[in-house]
Amino acid sequence: MRVNFTVNGRPQEADDVWEGESLLYVLRERLGLPGSKNACEQGECGSCTVRLDGVPVCSCLVAAGQVEGRDVVTVEGLADYAKQRTEGGCATGACGTSLDAAQQWQAKGTDSQTGEGTELSPIQQAFIDAGAVQCGFCTPGLLVAADELLERNPNPTDADIREGLSGNLCRCTGYEKIMDAVRLAAARQGEAV
Amino acid sequence: MDFLRPASWEEALAAKAEHPTAVPIAGGTDVMVEINFDHRRPEYLLDLNRIGDLYEWEVGEDSVRLGASVPYTKIMENLRAELPGLALASHTVASPQIRNRGGVGGNLGTASPAGDAHPALLAAGAEVEVASAARGTRLIPVDDFYTGVKRNALQPDELIRAVHIKKADGPQQYSKVGTRNAMVIAVCAFGLALHPETRTVRTGIGSAAPTPVRAKAAEEFLNAALEEGGFWDNGKIITPSVAKRFAELCSAACNPIDDVRGTASYRRHAVGVMARRTLTWTWESYRGTRRASEGAA
Repeated sequence: MRVNFTVNGRPQEADDVWEGESLLYVLRERLGLPGSKNACEQGECGSCTVRLDGVPVCSCLVAAGQVEGRDVVTVEGLADYAKQRTEGGCATGACGTSLDAAQQWQAKGTDSQTGEGTELSPIQQAFIDAGAVQCGFCTPGLLVAADELLERNPNPTDADIREGLSGNLCRCTGYEKIMDAVRLAAARQGEAV
Repeated sequence: MDFLRPASWEEALAAKAEHPTAVPIAGGTDVMVEINFDHRRPEYLLDLNRIGDLYEWEVGEDSVRLGASVPYTKIMENLRAELPGLALASHTVASPQIRNRGGVGGNLGTASPAGDAHPALLAAGAEVEVASAARGTRLIPVDDFYTGVKRNALQPDELIRAVHIKKADGPQQYSKVGTRNAMVIAVCAFGLALHPETRTVRTGIGSAAPTPVRAKAAEEFLNAALEEGGFWDNGKIITPSVAKRFAELCSAACNPIDDVRGTASYRRHAVGVMARRTLTWTWESYRGTRRASEGAA
């Protein structure tokens, strides 16, 4: 079957989709967006987290057919999504992230250590600055979940952060640097206002 | 596989009548796992996401009519006053991502003995509203809904429309045992509701029998003991021997198995502990509100 939906603000069409296929599979294998990671396929790990009509969900548990006509944001579109949020909408009428740009998106920029030269969302920059990335596999899901947490709750307590990220597993580290990153992003967000 | 996408409730019922083997999918948090792992290859998937009615709830005089697909997140945010037991249970479901998708209709459809909503529904008192194109709507008391391990009272052409849950008339509590706070399937769970209007107590046990069950003998014992001691009126602390006997009878209502999550004897023990604790918590809360209202009078 064919599925039409919006990905990172741009209309997309996926063809030859099998009826039992997940949104995660469509994003990775049909649209070439491997940012959302495939690990447990049962909603335990959160590494495939995307926004579906604004709400964080495990894309491995959404049937492809269920996203027809709906709006998905993946980690590849997070920087643009955060920018639009700050600017209070889309001024130029040509916002969002094209499929090409999304497929080539990387956090590297001109300096691979600091990410300088690439436009990052505040939460992405905070993850780099706090050293919250080790192997990086859980990072995309954590970024999407943490970004939504700060959108909903700009001044989270530690307990709020723990609960907000309780659906995302990291097996490299403790979660301390990730907690640091979210606190840092919240603090910077507070300063900016 | 065919993907059926009804745009209305009537269309959904018609599709289910035409294809009784169709598997309904709403939040997908059970169905997609089975498909991803190749445990299930349904001939038809029946998507319920487009049916807006299923995402709505109505607060009535005595009960809440909760649409089958209302996500757990919404229950926690909006129905804590009316359905405190279910709101607490909802908060123990998996993770934010899962709570954003899953709802009580799916919990009932799957009818796993470990489903988190069941003990809260049993304790509060509820009826499941189901419908078919041929016979219309019927209400199934939740006590009669669970018929076996992952089996329920639905006919092949029926879908779950909503759950009618009695609004709380007293304190309710919910307790769940697991290895950590998030992403846990219950080792066992316990729900308890005080109903001061009828001077009764109701319970629900999860994951400690082939189906979710009430501890009826324990309820009868406690109802009689509270009545006899005049507890509802004098608001005294529950006698430790009464709480102990209540806990023992709740343990005795279990019919658990040994599995990877826990042994049968551990589950029996833990249900007793949860029964005693939830009774204490709710009763203290009841005494507190009684004192407050007396103070005001």
